[in-house]
Amino acid sequence: MITTTGLTKVYQSRGREVTALDGVDLHVREGEVYGVIGQSGAGKSSLIRCINLLERPTSGTVTVAGQDLTALAGRGRRAGKELREARSRIGMVFQHFNLLASRNVQDNIELPLEILGVQGRERTRKALELLDLVGLADKAKAYPGQLSGGQKQRVGIARALAGDPKVLLSDEATSALDPETTRSILQLLRDLNQQLGLTVLLITHEMDVVKTICDSAALMQKGRIVESGTVGGLLATPGSELAHELFPVGGTASGPDRTVVDVTFHGEAASQPVISQLSRTYNIDISILGAAMDTVGGKQIGRMRIELPGRFEENVVPIGFLREQGLQAEVVDTAAAGIPVQTPAPLTQTPLAKEVAK
Amino acid sequence: MTWSEMQPLLSQGTVDTLYMVLWSALVTVLVGLPLGVLLVLTDKGGLLRSTVVNKVIGVIVNIGRSLPFIILLIALIPFTTWVVGTFIGPTAMIVPLAVGAIPFFARLVETSIREVDHGLVEAVQSMGGSIPTIVRKVLLPQALPSLVSGITTTVIVLIGYSAMAGAVGGEGLGSKAVTYGFQRFDNRFMLITVALLVVIVTAVQLIGDIAVRLLARRGRTAS
Repeated sequence: MITTTGLTKVYQSRGREVTALDGVDLHVREGEVYGVIGQSGAGKSSLIRCINLLERPTSGTVTVAGQDLTALAGRGRRAGKELREARSRIGMVFQHFNLLASRNVQDNIELPLEILGVQGRERTRKALELLDLVGLADKAKAYPGQLSGGQKQRVGIARALAGDPKVLLSDEATSALDPETTRSILQLLRDLNQQLGLTVLLITHEMDVVKTICDSAALMQKGRIVESGTVGGLLATPGSELAHELFPVGGTASGPDRTVVDVTFHGEAASQPVISQLSRTYNIDISILGAAMDTVGGKQIGRMRIELPGRFEENVVPIGFLREQGLQAEVVDTAAAGIPVQTPAPLTQTPLAKEVAK
Repeated sequence: MTWSEMQPLLSQGTVDTLYMVLWSALVTVLVGLPLGVLLVLTDKGGLLRSTVVNKVIGVIVNIGRSLPFIILLIALIPFTTWVVGTFIGPTAMIVPLAVGAIPFFARLVETSIREVDHGLVEAVQSMGGSIPTIVRKVLLPQALPSLVSGITTTVIVLIGYSAMAGAVGGEGLGSKAVTYGFQRFDNRFMLITVALLVVIVTAVQLIGDIAVRLLARRGRTAS
């Protein structure tokens, strides 16, 4: 639904060049919720603005719903008619809502319809229908200044949907909201995604957002996508930084000559009593250092950090047993501050290095 | 001078002052508003980035603002004569008054428009809005209270200028104060014209403030 290839954005700032995007290849499938996560300055904001060409990419292409937007944009700085029409079919919601304070809620939602040239009565009908959809039917005549943050974002979402878009871009839509409101807004986005078949591309710095609603995710660092895939797939990828961030499990070895292993359960394996089987089969004592369980995309997923007595060389067989049971088992080099290290591969290969090597 | 002698002079003066000020204010807004908007749009980072246009308008506006009004009045005599046919009388005064106030108002408009949150512009762009749409539906409505307060300030400046215009063949309260109050040493008449000007200025400020408050009441402050 959304594809970018080799997307690059370089800003000129006081004679210096700042590379915000450095060859981003993104692929968002139709009907999924795709989260791009990264710290501030990683280029997320530039990325989402390049999707509807609010920012002109320096090079690379953006295709949305089969339409090459970068070709529509042409060379001029101003957005031509075709690009503006394409934009009107892409909804966008913002961190700070960006509602017009001088218009009431209904008129805010009618604004995109005015731009599309929809007639007065039809605009009103559509606006009220959308307000109902986001659960604010009674606030049509209120002004944005009279609404709470969550309500403002609901208006923002209703407004973004006015042009019947197939794609919704969400620029940190929940970052200015408290945790409870965040959950309700994410739930609304999820509902819209399912009811309307809306494809959602969101950027965020909150792992919880990815965990709550995303089907797929990408991790951005310094203008590049260093990891991407379905959330389930990422969790199943040994050494995935995103998986580690999504399910942080703490705890360090209680002494030398101990092996710390991160175990990831998903699917069927989650319901098997593997730890006690391991303990009985090899007659070893296992301590649990940390654990996290959650539902991701409707699937039960868990991570656990366990400690086995003896060094790694002595535990090759038990770890092999865990892998045979269909679990992810990664040996943790606790000296390196809890960064998981891939066991089958050479120990020096970090996830980042692996991605670059591709 | 008796009160019955003064009254027609004062009422004629007031009518002329209001006539000059209101018409020149109208022209000022009609010309200054687009200029101010253009100053913002053509600036670096603006929607119509154009260093040349921006610099040209900027220089003209700055020259207009630094010329003393009394010099402008005299310098514009040929232009005024060309536009109105004469350079004397209240109608002729509208020309220099407007020319003097346009650069001032354009800068006020620029400041007001600049205060509009860029996020709103981005939002309308993302809906597919064109630049005229952005100006009409976002920049002007959002800046409206600030623009109205700028218009109030401009009208008051024009009242001050109009009194000066009286010295070079214009009409109005300023001219009456000079002719009857100053040149005939009639302090009482002078004081009354000054008081009248104070009343007019106060009334304009009051109306402007009420308008701003009414516009701001639409919940715009809280967002």
